[in-house]
Amino acid sequence: MEQFASNFGLLLQFPVVNLKIVIDGVMIGALFALSAYGLALVWGVMNVKNLAQGDFVIAGGYVCWWLSQKGLPALLGVPIAFLVMAGIGWVVYKVVICRVIDRDLFTTLLATFGLAIIMAQMLNLMFGSDTQSVDLGYETLYFMDGFIDVPIAKLLGVLMAAALAIGVVLFMKYSRMGQAIRATAQDVRAARVLGINTDKVYAFTFSLNAAICGAAGAIIVMVWVIQPFYGITHSVRAFVIVTAAGLGNLPGVIAAGLGIGALEQYGAHIFGIGYQQAIAVLLLLLVLVFRLLQQRRVRQSLQ
Amino acid sequence: MAKRAVFYLALIVFMLAAPFVFPVFKTQLATVWLMIIVALTWDMTGGQMGYNSLGNITFYGTGMYVAAVVTIALVYDVGEYTGSSGGGIYEFTDGQYFAGMFLGMLVAGLFCSLIAIVIGYITFGLRGPYFAIGTLGVAIAAGELVSNWEWVGGGQGIALPVYPGDLEDGKVLFYFLFAGTGVVLFLFLKWLYTTRFGAAINAIRDDEEKAEAMGIHTLQYKLATWAMAAFFVGIAGAISAFQLIHFEPLESAYQTINLGIFMVVCALLGGKGTLWGPVVGAILFHVFKEVTWNYLLGWQWVALGALIVATVVYFEGGVVGWLMERKPHWFNLPAKADEATGEDQP
Repeated sequence: MEQFASNFGLLLQFPVVNLKIVIDGVMIGALFALSAYGLALVWGVMNVKNLAQGDFVIAGGYVCWWLSQKGLPALLGVPIAFLVMAGIGWVVYKVVICRVIDRDLFTTLLATFGLAIIMAQMLNLMFGSDTQSVDLGYETLYFMDGFIDVPIAKLLGVLMAAALAIGVVLFMKYSRMGQAIRATAQDVRAARVLGINTDKVYAFTFSLNAAICGAAGAIIVMVWVIQPFYGITHSVRAFVIVTAAGLGNLPGVIAAGLGIGALEQYGAHIFGIGYQQAIAVLLLLLVLVFRLLQQRRVRQSLQ
Repeated sequence: MAKRAVFYLALIVFMLAAPFVFPVFKTQLATVWLMIIVALTWDMTGGQMGYNSLGNITFYGTGMYVAAVVTIALVYDVGEYTGSSGGGIYEFTDGQYFAGMFLGMLVAGLFCSLIAIVIGYITFGLRGPYFAIGTLGVAIAAGELVSNWEWVGGGQGIALPVYPGDLEDGKVLFYFLFAGTGVVLFLFLKWLYTTRFGAAINAIRDDEEKAEAMGIHTLQYKLATWAMAAFFVGIAGAISAFQLIHFEPLESAYQTINLGIFMVVCALLGGKGTLWGPVVGAILFHVFKEVTWNYLLGWQWVALGALIVATVVYFEGGVVGWLMERKPHWFNLPAKADEATGEDQP
């Protein structure tokens, strides 16, 4: 208890520490926002709540890590992970997701949970259970008398995440497929009547989601660490972000992603790194309860 | 009627004789009963009431810890006991051991009911998948918090005294504790699903708004059902604590992705919303799990994940549901028992 208090006191004593924590959190939060955007996409378009989201992220990370072990430049791993995971996402859709899409939501939840177990274990069998990361070998920038350190690799990661997000948004807005996806999200039946092959749209949406996750994972392996069983924490974070932000609300997803990143860093600073997963989960519960109270207010006003 | 009596009699004889006929598998058979208990209790909310919880494992872990703390607190100071982490010498007499065990089981059950009411008060406002995710969150958070709580041993867990006397006799005792709890639970549910209460929770599953409009206080029914489920899971956890002797928070007590998911798969595999489904599912699942664990080492989790996916995707009604549909006459015996409870298939 005293340790928590003294950690907290440190924040008040040295305001610059706050700035460091926020910068760290925002840089990692940008990557959370990316996989959360993918989740919001499949959730909004197909009404599938994908619990294997985090495992797509980790799988993408391993693609990038494996390539860099083979001597390829790590930055090339990002587009390759994007493509590889798009393929895996398409297979997963054809084998499992397309059969549960019309069923009740708990079925999709459990089916994707089963997928998450399979993927985590396959990665464990293929690459071992050690934590892995890729060192890009860039320098670190220092500000404010060395109090704040910003590795260039992390900065690059944020920039790539932003570029990918902008690319996806533009694609959704201007391409034919993006328009078809948005039409399907609005009204499946009307989309079908107008000649959109919704099964194709679903398959494309799911593999796009997997691809976004894969790219996010490839960036995470360069700025952080991955391990076969870290997937579930990433899934929980994606759920926290989407539940907090709501569907189809991209600025909300980005803001919530950055916020979660910063809050987790604060929690790790005050309570210690052992509580990191507990903090992610408690945030989810807080968000759910908050949403519940909000709904209750709406219900009352209807009465 | 006579056929049914013979069927039940055969089951009872098998249940009583099993640990003596298969002495090597005593612990395995006890685990089957544990799976039956958790699958049946999961089905109370998941199958009968339509609230798919992924967090029932919270009660299992809490039951373990409560039983351990009660047993230790009867004789020693808990903080000192866990703080020594095996260094100190702590003796328990036979009387203290059994008093701790039975009091621990009772307190664990009651405490878990209380926890269920508190958690349920918050989470039962959530519907559908949000309830599942919310309760999963509760289970993960509970495990993380307990593993950071030094008073109960932190990440090291707690070591309980070993069964006094012959260890093989101990295994038989644990088998009959699980079996007894399982039988009591089964008979209780068989009765409960025929009552007004059973009809009310089925109404909540079928249409909660209409049920409320009919004058059912849905929140009270939901809390009561979950509290009853938690009571039995807590007792099962308490027995497990004594059976395992040493347990730690994340892998054995709050084992979210092991037992926490297994219970759901058992109920779905057997057929949710039926009385016999979870029982059949638990037995099949345990056999499948042990076979893959023995012959597919390394790939067992992949096989298990594939089983989960296959069950939910291709086999929605479960074994009992499928049999009822295909061969109602051939399946007359247990199917009749289900029809007697007056419930319909979801």
